[in-house]
Amino acid sequence: MIDLLVSLLRGVPATLLVTFGAFAVGAIAAVPLVLMRRSRWLLLSMPARIYIDVVRGIPPIVWLFIIFFGLGSGVIVLSSYQAAILGMGLVSTAYLAEIYRGGFLALSKGQREASTALGMTRLDTLRYILAPQVLRVSVPPMATFLVSLLKDTTVASTIGVRDVMMYASQQAQGGGGSFMPFIFAALLYIALSIPVVVLARAVDERLRSRGQAK
Amino acid sequence: MSEMLANWLDWSPQLFQGVLVSLQLAGLALLFGLPIGLVLALASSSGNRLVRYFAVVLVEIGRGAPALVVLQMVYYGLPASGMTVSAFTSGVIALALTTGAYTSEILRAGLNAVPHCEIEAGLALGMTRRDILRFVVIPQGILFAIPALMGFAILIFQATALTYTIAIPELLARAYRVGAATYLYLDVLILAGLFYLAITVPFGWLVSYTERRLGSHLG
Repeated sequence: MIDLLVSLLRGVPATLLVTFGAFAVGAIAAVPLVLMRRSRWLLLSMPARIYIDVVRGIPPIVWLFIIFFGLGSGVIVLSSYQAAILGMGLVSTAYLAEIYRGGFLALSKGQREASTALGMTRLDTLRYILAPQVLRVSVPPMATFLVSLLKDTTVASTIGVRDVMMYASQQAQGGGGSFMPFIFAALLYIALSIPVVVLARAVDERLRSRGQAK
Repeated sequence: MSEMLANWLDWSPQLFQGVLVSLQLAGLALLFGLPIGLVLALASSSGNRLVRYFAVVLVEIGRGAPALVVLQMVYYGLPASGMTVSAFTSGVIALALTTGAYTSEILRAGLNAVPHCEIEAGLALGMTRRDILRFVVIPQGILFAIPALMGFAILIFQATALTYTIAIPELLARAYRVGAATYLYLDVLILAGLFYLAITVPFGWLVSYTERRLGSHLG
């Protein structure tokens, strides 16, 4: 029992590396993407829209295969970790851009109008007025996404990332097959997601109280 | 370029067979998973505390466990506990369990969206609790939940790609097999991606259309 748990724990660093790596890639790359998506110029908004639909329409495991086996066979060779972070990061970009977009839609129009009335430039309005508020309303859905990303990174095991999932199936195959390694893995994934949920709630509460205490 | 298109034409029939397997998996997962979801939704808003807690714990574990973990658990676990099932059957079982856990929350939200006054009206008419549930709450609750359920159907269709790991000949498995035989991984995997898009994108449009349609006259 303890042996089993210990052997699964060896996969935790890889799981966390891929999850947070991909989340970081997505959180940053989604910023230009959402700005393009919201642009009035079709030449900017159309490609962003297509990117988001295409990325979200193809299963994450297929993206990993395209990057690892597809690009890997001749174009650019990546380690399984690099491919996993890049692939899951690609997926995260599309989902997080939509989350940010939801944040923009939640803002009242008066915010932009007021800053225009104050003579602020568009860039300053975005930096000091809109972006902080968008970030604030985006925290809860971002946390939800992070938890689902944590679970989706299990597919990285199929391209050779030594994560919790990989050790669980190794244990099951080695032990002639049983439920136990996977029950432990499931509980481990649930346990890993708890701190994210708690942290997100704390961040959300702090941002909320700061918004009210003026 | 023309060589790639010729290859694509060559591979398309095989991959199309894979699409059919993926659609079957998704369809069966929904067919068996949705009733599980409805039962869990009703149980998790039950008046009996024991039933409620039990359902909530089941749902949280089902939603917290990654789909790939559930899939492999069923595939490696069932034979070890003495049951012989095909890979396809274990794929359906695993995806149906995941469907049940996820859709129970969607359905619960739908059931909760039914205005309370309609239940009161039913009581005033002398309907039994059971009849109110059957004729008033469940039909409307499911109607409210339809757009979200359709969105979930796209996700479960995408999740069928995971069954590649248990050797079900669905779309991804077939594409990978072609890749292994020809070494043209990139070309065939891109084609597989296009096949996924050919299903998910139009269905996504249908979801937003339904959302608008139902939203307009359900308010």
